[in-house]
Amino acid sequence: MKRNRLIALSSAALLTLTMAGSALPAFAAAPAKSDLQIFSWWTGVASSKALRSLITIYEHQYKGSTVTNDAVAGGAGSNAKAVLAGRMEAGNPPGTFQVHAGGGSLLSWVQAGDMKPLNALYKSEGWYKVFPRSLLNLMTFNGKIYGVPVDMQRANVLWYNPTIFRKYHLTAPKTFPQFFHDAAVLKSHGITPLELANHGNWEATLLFSDVLLGTVGPVKYDQLLTGHASWNIPGVKAAANTFVRMLSYANKDYTALHWQQADQAVAQGKAAMNVMGDWAQGYFSTALHLKPGVGFGWAATPQTHGVFGAVSDVFGLPAKLKNDTPTINFLKVLGSKEGQDTFNPLKGTFSPRLDSNMAKYNAYSRSAMMSYKRDRLVLIIGQGAVNPGFTNNFNNAMEIFVSNHNVNNFVSAIVSAAQANPLS
Amino acid sequence: MKTPTELNAKTIPRILAPKRKKFSWDMFSSVATLIPSLILLGVFVYGFIGWTVYVSFSQWNSLIPNFNSAGFLNYSIIFSSYRFQSDLRNIVVFTAFFIIACLIVGLFLALLIDQKIKVEGFFRSIFLFPMAISFVVTGVVWSWILNPSTGVNLILKAFGWKSLPSWFLSTTIAPNWPFGQIQLGIPVALLAVLIAAVWQMSGFAMAVYLAGLRGISDEIKEAARIDGSGVFRMFFSIILPQLRGTTTTIIIILTAASLKIFGLIYAMTGPGQQFLTDMPSLNMFQTTFQGDQFAQGAAIAIVLLLMIAIFIVPYLIVTLRQGDDA
Repeated sequence: MKRNRLIALSSAALLTLTMAGSALPAFAAAPAKSDLQIFSWWTGVASSKALRSLITIYEHQYKGSTVTNDAVAGGAGSNAKAVLAGRMEAGNPPGTFQVHAGGGSLLSWVQAGDMKPLNALYKSEGWYKVFPRSLLNLMTFNGKIYGVPVDMQRANVLWYNPTIFRKYHLTAPKTFPQFFHDAAVLKSHGITPLELANHGNWEATLLFSDVLLGTVGPVKYDQLLTGHASWNIPGVKAAANTFVRMLSYANKDYTALHWQQADQAVAQGKAAMNVMGDWAQGYFSTALHLKPGVGFGWAATPQTHGVFGAVSDVFGLPAKLKNDTPTINFLKVLGSKEGQDTFNPLKGTFSPRLDSNMAKYNAYSRSAMMSYKRDRLVLIIGQGAVNPGFTNNFNNAMEIFVSNHNVNNFVSAIVSAAQANPLS
Repeated sequence: MKTPTELNAKTIPRILAPKRKKFSWDMFSSVATLIPSLILLGVFVYGFIGWTVYVSFSQWNSLIPNFNSAGFLNYSIIFSSYRFQSDLRNIVVFTAFFIIACLIVGLFLALLIDQKIKVEGFFRSIFLFPMAISFVVTGVVWSWILNPSTGVNLILKAFGWKSLPSWFLSTTIAPNWPFGQIQLGIPVALLAVLIAAVWQMSGFAMAVYLAGLRGISDEIKEAARIDGSGVFRMFFSIILPQLRGTTTTIIIILTAASLKIFGLIYAMTGPGQQFLTDMPSLNMFQTTFQGDQFAQGAAIAIVLLLMIAIFIVPYLIVTLRQGDDA
């Protein structure tokens, strides 16, 4: 009797084991019946609220239409992309889906013949005039445009603690020599100069992208990302050396930290600086209730003044849809002034439209908007800029480089990654 | 891209062997009930294994399917990569330590519980409960506990420890023999992951061992006792040999669990610095779904499948043979 119970117990345990074993992110269940499925990785508090507001406007303007919010959790869409690939492959695309502007996943979908161009929609909505040409270039391939941008984020931002900087009479570093000067001063006072988080391994890639951008300048940087320059040029090696030197001023437990923890350390004064996209701004002001300019300060990362590292979420029109109309209607709302000025303040991003209402945004976002309207746009490695195969190999090389600091191995790994995964 | 998850010994029909008989409704109904599961198994397990093998020999390394043959190119790419070489080292080290630790801890707990203590059910549940938790939860909790700048190190510091362990952030490999691109040895960072894994799974070993212990007949133990054997002699000469079958079962099941471990690593450490805590399953997921390198991902999946098969197939053969004897 007792033995039987134990056997039952252990077989129940075995069942749990097998289920735990298959803990890969769940693949999308059968979609519900509705006119429009919107696929994204917006599951955070702010971003899901923002998406909800957009859906509300759509449902209000197009009475009787129903929307399914198919959001898949996971940082930077790491899991969502897997689910999306499965659905596209099965010929069952969502009505529209979130993707970063640039030559990464968006271009891959276009090349795979899974997207329809939106030139007619741009013409009828007058969008060619309200979005800057430099942004539209990032989603135009062979003269056809494939996405509608809904938000804009900046990825070359140096966040710092203004109290610490004032205390030691420092200013936000504009160049790398200034950075190292500030870092030395901070270190001598026992403050971690640069807080790095790298749990997801894209954070170090983002920092390196900004260092590379500051080292070789936007023109060369663009050529590298589009396959028009070799990764063997001296600038890449110089950037790698600067990066290693920066790491000597960083905390050592970065593998254990998520980016929010790094920014929290800066806010609490344990560390002085952090390089992160301006999604950090939402964290500072919403989660930590800090005032822009008072509780946290910002500047472009060293030597990237006058350049805007753009990360923009865009939505497109999948080619294999049975009915395009709901998607087209939703994209009209998504690209509209009303839609964007409702969505972005909630999400902590800003509208990429040139005519957006600046009064709706806080001091940080207004300064980023100024830079966006004035400066040259570039893309950031790891944020949908380039071939996903290259990005994956690049991240793999970074995982090793960030701890062993071997510049030559790192550069040769990137060079072979670029050969195996052509960038143009 | 689907790795076969379970090869269930019971579903392999034993009716395939019997001598030819005339048609009987009995036989017809038993075959008819089996057919649906055979079809499902055939398509969703063996069909997809075949498909993954096919993909692993193709040139499908972007979102555009390309089934031109690549020969063994994908295999040679993954085997020459630093990351996959590290994966192989890690999984061997992890599996060996994981199983030995689970066996020792599980047997120890089972022996304790088998001492006819009061509230036995209570302790049994306590030791088994970690298994009811998802690996992801375990991973998150232990990544907090073992974070060197917070967590358990604060307690150690309060006790006056000077050189605090850096747990899963350690980049030490002992004994660090260079081999190919990597260093062979035991990555210290993996030991931190092992603590979490053993915490979760040793309860399972305990439950199976307890069933095994209860299965040893009292007559044998009584006879040994009359012959004057002491506690240790009893354990090593009577109990341990009687548990051999139980131990084999635990080893096989835990090996399969260990080789395909994903959630724990994904939540706790990720690939880790220099891929010291990376596993083939994690590499497969990122290569396939983040890098869109489907053929290379399939190649990793097939290597993983072969590794699991090395352990599972002998087990299946033994189980089926026992079934025939019965």
